[in-house]
Amino acid sequence: MWTWFFQLASPPHFYRMAGSLVPWLLWPALLLILIGSWGGLVLAPADYQQGEGYRIIYVHVPSSYLSMMVYVTMAVAAGIGLIWRIKLAHAVAASCAPVGATFTAAALITGMLWGKPMWGTYWQWEPRLTSELILLFLYFGYMSLRSAFNDLNQSDRASAVLALAGVVNVPIIHFSVVWWAGLHQGPSISKIDAPSIAFEMLWPLLVMILGFTLFFLGVLAMRVRGEVLEREFHARWAQDVLRGANRVEAAG
Amino acid sequence: MSEFLAMGGYAKYVWPAFGITAIVLVINLLAARRQLRQTRERLQLRLVRQSGRKVNI
Repeated sequence: MWTWFFQLASPPHFYRMAGSLVPWLLWPALLLILIGSWGGLVLAPADYQQGEGYRIIYVHVPSSYLSMMVYVTMAVAAGIGLIWRIKLAHAVAASCAPVGATFTAAALITGMLWGKPMWGTYWQWEPRLTSELILLFLYFGYMSLRSAFNDLNQSDRASAVLALAGVVNVPIIHFSVVWWAGLHQGPSISKIDAPSIAFEMLWPLLVMILGFTLFFLGVLAMRVRGEVLEREFHARWAQDVLRGANRVEAAG
Repeated sequence: MSEFLAMGGYAKYVWPAFGITAIVLVINLLAARRQLRQTRERLQLRLVRQSGRKVNI
């Protein structure tokens, strides 16, 4: 068990393993997203209050969920990197940010498109929307802080502190609909004992969430490879990989 | 079919929402691929320069 763990954490193994995992994550992700979209757009019945308009849920909820899940992944990885000085963890944290930022933007835009017909406005400075917008700025801040340093180690450590400080925003987003009465509706699936949504509507949503999660992991695996290679540039294995890739490209 | 596309009058909200999300998924794929390729190319260049210097010394 421990040998396996240490092998996994060793950069050359991780680099190779991440590379072979990518297709096993991305193809199932594509399949699940297609099935989920079909289920959500075609098979699920219309909502008795919102008619067909509620179908935005099938892209809005998975995007919003990823926006927060990716941030937590980033903060945990940054924390591990900071405390135990593990480069691989910093590589994971750095790879999360651009992915998280794009899904936060998707959550905000799909939310606005849902808000207009249901609430009568694209935007309102209410708790859920405001805290999600702050999440987007946290991602932007994290990425610009990273790019402010020339030294990769410095940039890893400084940005890790920001990632950890910003993690308080995640529970605020999650509970904002419970703590304050805003426009945004309350949770509909996280109440595990009694979800307030019919099964025909629920399953495509769960399939979409699983598909988005696999998609994130696939993209993360691709990005982490680059980050690991960069941090391990002086290691023998990384230079072997670079030379090998060189030869392949020359031959191609 | 046109009834399906009309989305009960919500077409101009539902389809852009799905479209934007699809674009975000595609952008993520392309950006990750580009990032990996560019990192490799940049490091390969650094490696070549470095070994070149060693030979000169």
